[in-house]
Amino acid sequence: MNLAQSDTFKAADYRSGVSPIWCPGCGDFHVLLSFTKALAELGTAPENVAVISGIGCSSRIPAYTNCYGFHGVHGRALPLGAGLKVARPDLTVFVMSGDGDGFSIGGNHFLHACRRNVDLTYVVMDNQVYGMTKGQPSPTTEPDWDSALSPGGTGLRPFHPLVIALASGANFVAREFSGDIKSTTRTIVEAVRHPGFSFVEILSPCVTFRPDEKAWKNQVHVAAVQATDDPARAARRIMTDDGFNTGVLYRGARKPYDQHVKDSFADPAILEPEFAI
Amino acid sequence: MMPNEAPHSTRRSISFAIVGSGGAGALTAGAILMEAAGKAGWYGIMNRSVGAQIRGGEAAALVRLSTRPVDCMTGSFDILIAIDWHNANRFAAEMPLAPDGLVIGDPANGDVPETIAGPGVSQAYIPFKELAGSLAGGRENMIAVGLFVGLMGLPIETVTSVIADKLSEKGEQAIETGCRCVQIGVQQAAQLGSSFTLETPATSQTGRWLITGNEAVGLGAVRGGIRFAAAYPITPATEVLEWLAPALTKVGGTLVQAEDELASISMAIGASFGGRPSITATSGPGLALMVESLGLAAASEIPIVVVNVMRGGPSTGIPTKSEQSDLNIAVYGCHGDAPRIVVAPLSVADCLFAAQWAVHLAEAMQVPTIVLSDQSLGQAQVVVDPPTQLAFIARRAVVETVEDEGYQRYALTGSSVSPMALPGTTGGQYTADGLSHTVKGIPSSNNLDHQSQLDKRHNKIAGFDYGNHWASIEDNGVAGADADFTILTWGSLTGAAREAMATLADEGIGVTLVAMRLIAPLLKDKLVAALEGAQRILILEQTHSGQFRQYLRANCDLPGEVQHFHRAGPQLIGPAEICTRIRNWRAS
Ligand SMILES: Cc1ncc(C[n+]2csc(CCOP(=O)(O)OP(=O)(O)O)c2C)c(N)n1
Ligand code: SF4
Repeated sequence: MNLAQSDTFKAADYRSGVSPIWCPGCGDFHVLLSFTKALAELGTAPENVAVISGIGCSSRIPAYTNCYGFHGVHGRALPLGAGLKVARPDLTVFVMSGDGDGFSIGGNHFLHACRRNVDLTYVVMDNQVYGMTKGQPSPTTEPDWDSALSPGGTGLRPFHPLVIALASGANFVAREFSGDIKSTTRTIVEAVRHPGFSFVEILSPCVTFRPDEKAWKNQVHVAAVQATDDPARAARRIMTDDGFNTGVLYRGARKPYDQHVKDSFADPAILEPEFAI
Repeated sequence: MMPNEAPHSTRRSISFAIVGSGGAGALTAGAILMEAAGKAGWYGIMNRSVGAQIRGGEAAALVRLSTRPVDCMTGSFDILIAIDWHNANRFAAEMPLAPDGLVIGDPANGDVPETIAGPGVSQAYIPFKELAGSLAGGRENMIAVGLFVGLMGLPIETVTSVIADKLSEKGEQAIETGCRCVQIGVQQAAQLGSSFTLETPATSQTGRWLITGNEAVGLGAVRGGIRFAAAYPITPATEVLEWLAPALTKVGGTLVQAEDELASISMAIGASFGGRPSITATSGPGLALMVESLGLAAASEIPIVVVNVMRGGPSTGIPTKSEQSDLNIAVYGCHGDAPRIVVAPLSVADCLFAAQWAVHLAEAMQVPTIVLSDQSLGQAQVVVDPPTQLAFIARRAVVETVEDEGYQRYALTGSSVSPMALPGTTGGQYTADGLSHTVKGIPSSNNLDHQSQLDKRHNKIAGFDYGNHWASIEDNGVAGADADFTILTWGSLTGAAREAMATLADEGIGVTLVAMRLIAPLLKDKLVAALEGAQRILILEQTHSGQFRQYLRANCDLPGEVQHFHRAGPQLIGPAEICTRIRNWRAS
């Protein structure tokens, strides 16, 4: 794929003047960078892009872009984004949030967004912790991770978002590491271009509450095999890997959701004959 | 005989019920009679009552026909026909017979149960089963249709044409047999003789409509400009959504089935952020799930319409029956100060007006708007004059072009409504946010930003011109010293109040009605002006705790003496009870 920047827009054109509240070193800075680079690559004008989020450190991202944004309530980013895309299919819609937002409080929407297959890109900045509320375990946190809320760990099995996405019908599934700007950018571009619901999980370290995650940069590795179009194979591979292989893992060919709002409308008077007696 | 009825052998209004176990076709019979009467020039209202069983349980059609528009059932029924008595007891409380009423059963099913046959009520026995059995494919419910036709004097040709229409898919033979059954019923009625003949309507060329409250809400919404709906089914609101699904597709919009109400309201907000007027419909349990996002719509100033068709609560409550007990959650439900509009339809026909007005208000003020309907309106079907076209159309203030860098999504304007940039508008990019924000939408915890944005959200609603649609203020034509009662109510009880006023007018008791359609914001000054000089105010509401009265009293002082008539559902407050309250008050 040609990663040359488009002539019309530079990555910086997609940044707003608002400075992030993120801690220095937070992985989300890198996600913001990759995201704006991907937009420049796609060349879509900022006003035709919408970035929808929930609540969390990661969910602060819309205001840092120069796109239309919606910073909604905790857990409801996906239906907010789906409603927008169905109503305005001309827009390029991103839903971007955290693992708590997307897999815990918003977990049900995740399943159904995958099933519904609305043509949008869902980017989860997975730091395996609730950053904004200062360090509680999320659905992707290891069972023995110690915290004030769950001393000694939750003892619960971490959630497997990529497998869930495959099982639920997502059309494109990828894992990236925030520190790998080049690969993340490329994958976001591909996710947008792929029809239907594209899910990109980005391992994005929380340096403040999970300083151990700084080691991720040494652990991640590019997926050894090519992406597949067989969800069962992709699932098996993801279930058995070490959680650190990155790249596009699955490309499906399911028909995207196609019941959109049109651009022009008929006179509602056509609905009235059914009532006349 | 009811005092407001003509004192001769024909009646202005007749209420009747037809009951039967599942499959007996009681509801079909009611539907045929409603449509035929509507075609022939009468007005009508029909409620269906079904047992708790999902399918195949007992069912009753409760119908009232009249030469005048009707907004509610009467408290008692003139004629009851039971195809069988299976579980009919369960309905007994819902369909008390008038003292001069008539109940007809099949001798093969035994005597009329005591719970149903009250003192003075006439009883008659017609062998439905045997008569229907005399024709191949004959149906008891069609015999019952014929009985009603004969007793009330409906034109048989109209009934025949409705049957032909309704049974067209079943073929010639079924239509033929159906019509034969009706004729048999008519002959039987002739032998009974009747004191239940309906007054002849003024016209038989009506062009009227047959519509339910839930359908009327849907149509009003689409007329107002709604083009996106998100749906999660719930009794008794589902029909709003089921009507909208194909209707929106036909006009170029769409309905998405959501995974829950957290999603449905969020989808509506997302679609509206994109510039499409959006709606969702639910009942109490769903509204409870939606309140967090109502606050988001209020804070981010994204218009949406939420239809709440109330049922008995709390929790799962009584899903199939009406109550007005979601008033509090509709008006207050949310953390923080989150102003919203709450509009309540005053009749089945008014569901269209209320919904269309709600769309207009939501869009004009960029505010979440709740349409507070209820089961007794939503699931009732009426024959009405075709609704007129209303001027309420979604007109949102949007920015077409943005010249400079300085676009302020939440600018403080004279009307406190700020033009919205829709995605796609160059230079209008902003982030809608539930976080407290500056005029540009940038998150801020500054007290001045918070204060000024809260003021703005309050002022845009408080300063809006609602015209005279906030309430229906009516009198019953009795003037002078006797005109000293005022009924103060809202929503669906308006029909019962109107009926009571008409009855009391015949007794020379003057009553003024103030029926509130705009519940929030409460237009205190207008309400106080409407009540000025009122001496005895009867507050009417269908709640256990008196939510409406508390809401009124929290906001304004009511003049004169105040009495409060309130009761939880499912037994609706009816016109006769209202009359009794007022007569007793007068006598005291
Ligand atoms: C309904 C609701 N419950 C709880 C919260 C508190 N809360 C804010 S952010 C958050 C967790 C965010 O975690 P995640 O989505 O992983 O984002 P991160 O901060 O780690 O990027 C919680 C629980 C809230 N805002 N709303
Ligand atoms: S708390 Fe963690 S996730 Fe939040 S900004 Fe800081 S480093 Fe990033």
